[in-house]
Amino acid sequence: MRVAAYRYLLGAQVRSQSQYRASFLADVIGSLMFGVIDVAGVVVVFRVTPTLGGFGFAEVFLMTALAGCAFALGDLAIGNVERLRQYIRSGLLDALLVRPLSSLAQLAVMDVATRRVGRVAFGVVMVVVATAYAQVALTPARLALLMATPIAGAMIFGAIFVATATVAFWWVESGEIANGLTYGGLTFAQYPITIYGALFRRLFAYAIGFAFVAYYPTLTLLERADPLGAPPLLGYASPVVATAAVIAAGLTWRAGVRHYRSTGS
Amino acid sequence: MRGDDRAPSARAYLALAAAGFRRYATYRQAMVAAIVTNSVFGFLRFAVMLAVLDAGARTVAGYDEPQLATFVWAGQGLIGVVLLWAPLDLAERIRTGDVITDLLRPIDPVWQLLAADLGRAGYAAITRFVGPVIIGALVFELYAPQRPMTYALFVCSALLATVVCFGCRYLVNAAAYWLLDARGPNMFWTLTSGILGGIYFPVWFFPDALATALIVLTPFPSVIQIPLDVLVERGSAGQRLALLGVQAGWVVAILALCRWVQARGERKLVIQGG
Repeated sequence: MRVAAYRYLLGAQVRSQSQYRASFLADVIGSLMFGVIDVAGVVVVFRVTPTLGGFGFAEVFLMTALAGCAFALGDLAIGNVERLRQYIRSGLLDALLVRPLSSLAQLAVMDVATRRVGRVAFGVVMVVVATAYAQVALTPARLALLMATPIAGAMIFGAIFVATATVAFWWVESGEIANGLTYGGLTFAQYPITIYGALFRRLFAYAIGFAFVAYYPTLTLLERADPLGAPPLLGYASPVVATAAVIAAGLTWRAGVRHYRSTGS
Repeated sequence: MRGDDRAPSARAYLALAAAGFRRYATYRQAMVAAIVTNSVFGFLRFAVMLAVLDAGARTVAGYDEPQLATFVWAGQGLIGVVLLWAPLDLAERIRTGDVITDLLRPIDPVWQLLAADLGRAGYAAITRFVGPVIIGALVFELYAPQRPMTYALFVCSALLATVVCFGCRYLVNAAAYWLLDARGPNMFWTLTSGILGGIYFPVWFFPDALATALIVLTPFPSVIQIPLDVLVERGSAGQRLALLGVQAGWVVAILALCRWVQARGERKLVIQGG
């Protein structure tokens, strides 16, 4: 019964968003271009340097592809939660809270941005191309890792989207501060964590977990030892980290909803 | 509608600029949030630059380490001054028809909005520009311009950059006269201004011929790249003056285009019945 309700809400969204065919197509292409630019940026940087943080183009390209694919998936699923600020201000959130369904799940299905399939599709293609280009020796274990990595990464980005949006429950005028962690997290995860300063790396790579989006899985896929000395098995830890991130984000959301007192508008 | 007896005076423009300044000075929390976000990206982007330098070369694309530090951190501050990415307020006013009130005023809508935007930029210059530069200076060694003249040239260049950026954003919004929704053009602007303007990396990371073509033939580098090249004194003094000339050319071209588009758009608006 609950699943049917969510499916109904989701179906209505997808139908309404694909009504205006030309605009929908333009949006899909636009979303795809954001993915293209991320990869193009890395290509241009490698025009002026042979290595980055001790890694060559093929390796960084794989990290960029995995991070881009993960971000696109997470953004498609829950990225629009960043509009929570507007919903709090306009009072729309109250309408969700009175329904007998999870408020976060409702936001996810109501706000699903189908146009972002463009970026997801491009992300998947890039992962395939980068895997071939880096000549990953695919064993069953590595194939499983390759498929699980974008999903785990999407969970991490999704958790960050939710956790940073939740800030709005306490601070409605938080502005674009969440972007530093969401889009900033994508930029961070695109490059090897060896390029960042110690403090910044500790915060983004380990405390928040962005190193598990692409860096550690890439090391394992390419059988490279971590220059920073982490054990090789860490490449398989992403799903665990992602699960922990999702649980933490869920708890933050609950605390936020409990704290919510409506704006009275 | 625009009576000559009420020809706009300098005082009207000053009042609009002051209003723009005050409007943004009200949102202090948003300003702090923006500085924090820009600074996070400062750390991210400068880490990539440092990694490029660590790979061997002492300079890259004509910049040494302190110059790149200033390029990145002043660039993060400049985003707020020129307001690279802005909400589509005007497009929304066109869609709802509220733009009519702008047209009823005795000042052309382009000049009205430009005056208010310059006031806004003035406030951003003392907050959103200074914030990331201070944070960058605390953590890294920034390049300080060698000639006193550079500071004056940078102020001119940043002012021209603000006008060019205003013009680009105006054109994006004005697309709503025809499309009723400026989301597509805005997406195009967001994509191109970042990668071709010098935000993600200096345009000199592209092959020289392509970089030169971008600077002369597109408005994007005039918004971020040129003011920063002037600030870090890249190339000869003559080259920097030529860059300012390019910016001035874009200011004239883009404002003329804004005026033309606005005039055409107003006609379109009448046809729609307001």
